Amino acid sequence: MLNASILTWLTFLPAIGAVVVMFLPRHGRAPQVFTLLLTLLLFVMALHLPTHYDYHQQGFQYELNVPWVSSPAIHYHVGVDGLSMWLVVLVSFLAPLGVLISWRVIEDRKSEFYALFLLQQTAMYGVFIALDLILYYAFWELSIVPLALLIGMYGRKNGRAAAIKFFLYAFIPSALMLVGMLWLYTQTGTFDLVQLQQQIHDWSASGSITAAHATGLWLTSLAFLLAFAVKVPVFPLHGWLRDGISEAPTAVAMILAGKLGLYSLLRWHIALFPTEAAHVAPLMVALGAIGILYGALLALVQTDLKRLAAYATLSSLSFCVLGIYAFTTASMDGAVYQILNESVSASAFFMLLGVLYERYGTYDMAQFGGVAAKMPRLAVLFVITTLSLIGLPALNNFVGEFLILSGSFQTHERITAAATLGVILSAAYMLWMVQRVFYGAPSAHVTGLVRPDVNWRERAALWPTVALMIVMGVASIFWMRAIDLTVPAMAPKMASTHTALDVRMASTR
Amino acid sequence: MTYSLTDSMNEVSPALRILPEILLTLTGVLVMLIEPVLAAKTSRKPLGLLAILGTLAALAASVYQLQLPAGTAFFGTVQSDAFSVFFHLVIGGIVLVTLLVSLDYFEGHSSYVGEYYALILFGAVGMMLMTSSVELLMVFISLEISSISTYILAGYRKRTATGPEASIKYFLLGSFATAFFLYGIALCFGATGSTNLYAIARGVASGASPLLLTVAFGMMLIGLGFKVSLAPFHVWTPDVYEGAPAPVVGLMSTAPKAAAFAVLLRIAYGAYGTMTHVWMPLIWILAILSMTIGNLGALTQRNVKRMLAYSSIAHAGYLLVAFTALAPMGIAAASFYTAAYAAMNVGAFAILSYLSGYNETRTNLSDYAGIARRHPVAAAAFAVFLISLIGIPFTAGFFGKFYVFTAALNSGNAWLAVIGLLNSGVAAFYYLRVVAQMYMAPEDESVAPDNVHAHPSFVLGVAILVLAVFALGIFPNRALRLARAGAATFTTQQTLPSPILVYEER
Repeated sequence: MLNASILTWLTFLPAIGAVVVMFLPRHGRAPQVFTLLLTLLLFVMALHLPTHYDYHQQGFQYELNVPWVSSPAIHYHVGVDGLSMWLVVLVSFLAPLGVLISWRVIEDRKSEFYALFLLQQTAMYGVFIALDLILYYAFWELSIVPLALLIGMYGRKNGRAAAIKFFLYAFIPSALMLVGMLWLYTQTGTFDLVQLQQQIHDWSASGSITAAHATGLWLTSLAFLLAFAVKVPVFPLHGWLRDGISEAPTAVAMILAGKLGLYSLLRWHIALFPTEAAHVAPLMVALGAIGILYGALLALVQTDLKRLAAYATLSSLSFCVLGIYAFTTASMDGAVYQILNESVSASAFFMLLGVLYERYGTYDMAQFGGVAAKMPRLAVLFVITTLSLIGLPALNNFVGEFLILSGSFQTHERITAAATLGVILSAAYMLWMVQRVFYGAPSAHVTGLVRPDVNWRERAALWPTVALMIVMGVASIFWMRAIDLTVPAMAPKMASTHTALDVRMASTR
Repeated sequence: MTYSLTDSMNEVSPALRILPEILLTLTGVLVMLIEPVLAAKTSRKPLGLLAILGTLAALAASVYQLQLPAGTAFFGTVQSDAFSVFFHLVIGGIVLVTLLVSLDYFEGHSSYVGEYYALILFGAVGMMLMTSSVELLMVFISLEISSISTYILAGYRKRTATGPEASIKYFLLGSFATAFFLYGIALCFGATGSTNLYAIARGVASGASPLLLTVAFGMMLIGLGFKVSLAPFHVWTPDVYEGAPAPVVGLMSTAPKAAAFAVLLRIAYGAYGTMTHVWMPLIWILAILSMTIGNLGALTQRNVKRMLAYSSIAHAGYLLVAFTALAPMGIAAASFYTAAYAAMNVGAFAILSYLSGYNETRTNLSDYAGIARRHPVAAAAFAVFLISLIGIPFTAGFFGKFYVFTAALNSGNAWLAVIGLLNSGVAAFYYLRVVAQMYMAPEDESVAPDNVHAHPSFVLGVAILVLAVFALGIFPNRALRLARAGAATFTTQQTLPSPILVYEER
């Protein structure tokens, strides 16, 4: 009973919570406390998923399929597999942290902030669990609105411009995607993921695919790809990322990029259009590699911490793109694992930057220096997070990046060799940044302000992520079981010959 | 040559076929009669309440009509069926909410409020009658009834410069357009010997004088295109919407349009059902022109009312896209869209009227800066309506667009769908700009705190609309089923128990 309804509860409780928040007293701590308790409850509920998951079964679990709209046939079809289950848990894990870190930062229009935050939570869950194309699209579009409002209303300086940019970047390609979805429906009569996969498979398997179908599939797959690539973002569609991240409040920056787009690429591009995906794969691999280097090089020259974080995000998300489209078992496993890793580490990084900003009121690196002497606890957390982002062995990102690169090396040697430079560059910009902010002589700005070290609330938000970085670095098999059962099977069949070299098992133990 | 006119064989009294119209007319007359009896300076609110009761009765009567077997009355001029009931409910709903939100709009201003309610009711009679007419002359008469009421309503803020301008402009261009429509009817009569839609359908099917019929359709399309503000017949729209009182704009941008679209559906799919190849290209061109001109025009507007005027042109274009689809699906999609559009657009203008008041103090985009702090609830409702106009899922606008573009794709018009949805992407920008202005721009502290109050009736009206936006966006099944039932009457019309017009040659 619970198994069938748990996903629905997870998805719609935040939306109900969003309405409740609007009616809570605006003064005092009521909105925060309520949102924190609700998100903690959701996290506990989400833990039900991995604990009751059948790790020997491929395919969807916790499924629920009921008709929503009679004609055209849209179903409320939800479920998770090894790919989406951990993403749902991840979303639930990050939400309470986002609340904790916004606790005192957001004072103005608090109720609206937490209501939009919860609404965004609903949309995010919905995207990961929807198995009906229109249901998925509904949540996908819904996710844009609260995020844009959050950026615009709580942004630093140019929030409004960044919000509109983000919205249009996300919305216009989605419009084309909708055309593609409707076309698919007119040809197949269904919006259901599984049935669509079957139909499309039958077309190409029969060998007698009509020219109209072939063209339509191509255009549709490109429309899907474009919409997802913008959301990731994939180089060169990252125009919204820098402004979006540098304007967004910490809790929003943590969830803005990555997950939604990368998940959608796997679920709705590769798994739905295997033939077309195989054809664009070389391009995507190349763009991934360019994104890695481009992001890293730009991160190297930033003077603003938030912007550095934005380009670092672009660089590490490009690793995932590279891994996904390399289509080897190791690289795809690694890419999905890296989605989780990147979210955890980048969230910690954004939270730490938020903590710094709360204390010193700036993201400008030139204003910092010698912070470690003033705040030793913060420095420890910061350094561990940085090392994780660089990809130090025994920390989480190492596992992901290593799997991605070792996997993609089997199919794209030269590109992978170039992309590996990104790892070195990331060490360069991260360590240089740590050196400038935390060590050296204390700057006038830092000595001039007497600020407390991280407090209990911040530690409660930061230590779990740091602990998770270490656990995910040494015990990756715990996550990999479900991922490995699901994700490599999504790759187009032609790539399955590359599994002989079992790098995966060697590195995950 | 003689005509013998017969009606449905069933036992339904003719009066029941026009029961909603009768009820509204009676209420309207009653309002006119009571108005002079009331003391000069007293509030006219009781009249408004009376009008609301009359509208509720008309809505109930429309629902009752659903029980009746579809059929005609009054010598085959009026037909009540699921299609007409759908549009009766849409128009009745719009009128009801308009009355609710404008109950206090004119308080304290020396306008002729009693007549205002009566005019709205008479206008509604005309619009409702349009949707159930299956006789072109009847359509023309009801079109005039509705138009004349709206011409007057458009100029209701007499002491302003823009009010009378709006009224005169609307009247002159409107009369010109109805002349086109009338000429179209005349040509149709010349080609088929009848003004009855079923007789015309037979004439069209027989293939006689196709050129004359094509010209006739073009003329009628121009007339109706003006009423629904399709480009290139849209030039009056921004000026009239700017000058007319906001609640009236909410009404006239939705209800007469719904009625005119219903007529267009009856003419295109009913009478000209066998000449689709002739009118399809015309519709195509008008759809693309309206979507593009509407959206590009809206992009450059700084005045929110004018922006919404251009947006209504664009929405008429989206709606027209549904016409390019095959019969039952296109009709259902277009019907659903009118309902969805009505909910969100009446809502947007209701909030506009609330925030800017009778004197229209807030019409420019800059007036909305940071207004979400001062009026959080109104701003939230406005945001909901605007987001629905963008077409974000879980709101009425999404399923409206969804059905329209599904219908278009189903009949192989993929490019029209692409153009339409790209247009809606552009449109997102100007709707979003208002939302951004309300929520993200800093508040202008110099503006004195304004003195607006939300009256219970207004709150009720807006609450109904917000609920409608979400209901159509989350549970569209009910409305869609009725729209489909309405669309089905077109395909079953040949088997209706009423061979309405018997045409004998001697």
